[in-house]
Amino acid sequence: MDLAELLEISEKERRKKKPLEIHCCVAASCVSSNSQSIKDKLTEILRNQNLADKVDVIGVGCLGLCSKGPLLRNSQSGEFYCNVSLDNVEEILKDLKGEKCRIEKISPDDPFYKKQMHIVLENSGKIDPESIESYIANGGYITLYQVLHEMTPQEVIEEITKSGLRGRGGAGYPTGLKWSLVAKSVAEKKFVVCNADEGDPGAFMDRSVLESDPHKIIEGMTIAAYAVGAQQGYIYIRGEYPLAISRLQTAIRQAKKYGLLGSQIFEANFDFKIDLRIGAGAFVCGEETALMQSIEGKRGTPYPRPPYPAEYGLWGYPTLINNVETFANVVPIIRNGSEWFSKIGTENSKGTKVFALAGKIARTGLIEVPMGTTLREIVEEIGGGVPNKGKIKAIQTGGPSGGCIPASKLDTPVDYESLIELGSMMGSGGMIVMDENTNMVEVAKFFMEFSKDESCGKCIPCRAGTYEIHNILSKILNGEATQYDFEKLKLLCKMVKETSLCGLGQSAPNPVLSTIMNFEDEYLSLLKEDI
Amino acid sequence: MSVKTFSIDGKVISAKEGQTILEAARDAGIFIPTLCHFPGLTNVGACRLCLVEVSNSSKLQPACTTKVSEGMEVRSNSEKLKEYRKLIIELLLSERNHQCSVCVANGNCELQNLAMTLGVDHVRFDFRFPNLPVDISHELFGIDHNRCILCTRCVRVCDEIEGAHTWDVANRGANAIVITDMNQPWGESESCTSCGKCVLVCPTGALFKRGVSVAELQKDKSHLEFIIQARVKKQWIR
Repeated sequence: MDLAELLEISEKERRKKKPLEIHCCVAASCVSSNSQSIKDKLTEILRNQNLADKVDVIGVGCLGLCSKGPLLRNSQSGEFYCNVSLDNVEEILKDLKGEKCRIEKISPDDPFYKKQMHIVLENSGKIDPESIESYIANGGYITLYQVLHEMTPQEVIEEITKSGLRGRGGAGYPTGLKWSLVAKSVAEKKFVVCNADEGDPGAFMDRSVLESDPHKIIEGMTIAAYAVGAQQGYIYIRGEYPLAISRLQTAIRQAKKYGLLGSQIFEANFDFKIDLRIGAGAFVCGEETALMQSIEGKRGTPYPRPPYPAEYGLWGYPTLINNVETFANVVPIIRNGSEWFSKIGTENSKGTKVFALAGKIARTGLIEVPMGTTLREIVEEIGGGVPNKGKIKAIQTGGPSGGCIPASKLDTPVDYESLIELGSMMGSGGMIVMDENTNMVEVAKFFMEFSKDESCGKCIPCRAGTYEIHNILSKILNGEATQYDFEKLKLLCKMVKETSLCGLGQSAPNPVLSTIMNFEDEYLSLLKEDI
Repeated sequence: MSVKTFSIDGKVISAKEGQTILEAARDAGIFIPTLCHFPGLTNVGACRLCLVEVSNSSKLQPACTTKVSEGMEVRSNSEKLKEYRKLIIELLLSERNHQCSVCVANGNCELQNLAMTLGVDHVRFDFRFPNLPVDISHELFGIDHNRCILCTRCVRVCDEIEGAHTWDVANRGANAIVITDMNQPWGESESCTSCGKCVLVCPTGALFKRGVSVAELQKDKSHLEFIIQARVKKQWIR
């Protein structure tokens, strides 16, 4: 493959385009509510009515507004057809003919879409995730060509460093710095790993990105591999994501066929392969050291760092590990330049963040907003607030590693530091809205039950500490706990946080600590008198 | 090889380059408690008892895996560390059935000794008493999972010194348990060489020689030290 061939594929694909396209969401959420049959039925009707040469029905990635799925989009008006069922496919046809129709439509100017900014999700809902041509027609792989032929690895790393991109897996480590550490490590082999082991309750960002735009991750990883000097990549993805796995497999096969993975990519002196590693769904395997053990075929348990993977990773070789969303930012940054990227977001948190918006809220789904957008804008404007005039009580961010932010802090801008100050964290981007009827102690217990079940059992503070914390929370909820138990709970949380071996254990008490910090009254009201 | 100078609790000591805080502390006669560490086996940092405060880090660091660096200031005995260590021992004691009075290792148990040294005079958690099996299918040895603290010394000694890898860990969290081969009875294990290293290295009464009764089990660690020295340092004199 050379540049001329790439451009030819792109041109050919564009010539094939029909004047009107109906984009039908075929990401997991809409697929689970039958969008595939809706797409088939619509295609069939159009064929029967001899409209197939004017209108095309294309399966695309996530269209965002999951609570109104299955979603379809009209490419001309940009309008979204909501809650489509097999029975009202005919209605869409009426709309296409300009007749009056009885189907719920949402305009792209709706606050849900208007407030967003798509970088990671730029192709999501626009391209067919199962077609590499569709990706190429949208500008795909040109950035890789430019990187391989016009930039040195050092220049690539400099661009990423200057952009200010930070790891989107949750901790927010500067990506450029991580890349340069791996690049500087001297070894005969190096690896690039994409962490797609998204296990937080309520989170589906990485899954959606992989289901909607798998080639973007492959291109981002390949650029990273070139920058750090790696020859082999792994995408570690959990087995619970069959659709994402199958799309990745398709994408890797297609990329190999076109010579975009393998040896001498774009006829440059650069070889790179990507293999999938499917995890069995242990939450701890999202922790990088446990993830690497799992790739090596061992029991997925973490081990103490240092040495860091950048120096001593897979089979002892330097390894770059980034999250799905981090890799998804690479292509846009190189394409548009670091300066463009660093103008988006806040002082210390650049770019955008994808959130999986869920919970007691009118509109749930996948959103991408610039860093610094306030929580209020996210939950009230984009999410439409609590239905039936209910009130927001708290927002849970960061999954079991995060915490609950009270409604009084809704005007906080979303960035790494602000969330940590509130006792929560960015995490990978799950965001669960809770209304007034939520019992915060129950919420804490829910997350602690998750952490307790998912503890690998290697270190004692996490293995037994989370168990005892869960026990005390149950006691409090049953009205059997005293002030003594409450003090013990606080001490235990502090101890588990400070002494656990890995990030899972160290952050496991966060939901308890943050609910104690912001909603202590709820705990106190459940305590009984000391005897 | 260069030498590093650093301090533990204000006392200035020296260490060889590449030594861990724990090794250097032991050389200098400073006590830092451990359960999962065993000289000659890889360190896993799992028991968290050897956590210390290190000057250049806001987080507590395990002394067994943290390398000494020049000028480092280590605090190994702060009130916070003492409190956490006690809590860890309490958690260990409560999670399985650690009834010293009816244990073969009574009086010769590292967990019991540490509990006494660290001043654990009561346990703040309810004992869980999980219903765990005792496997005496092996003709020479037995395992009582009720006494196991999952330090994985047996797993490591079997893998790294004996080279059999009979032992490993199965399940997660509170259900984690050491197993032989593919979780079959020890007596039916085809990989076990009956060398007994796992028994020697076990800190509690979990792994025992058959035929010993309460408080009779003594573990002779010098045998293992001899093998490890011989392997690593090529010193064959006992």
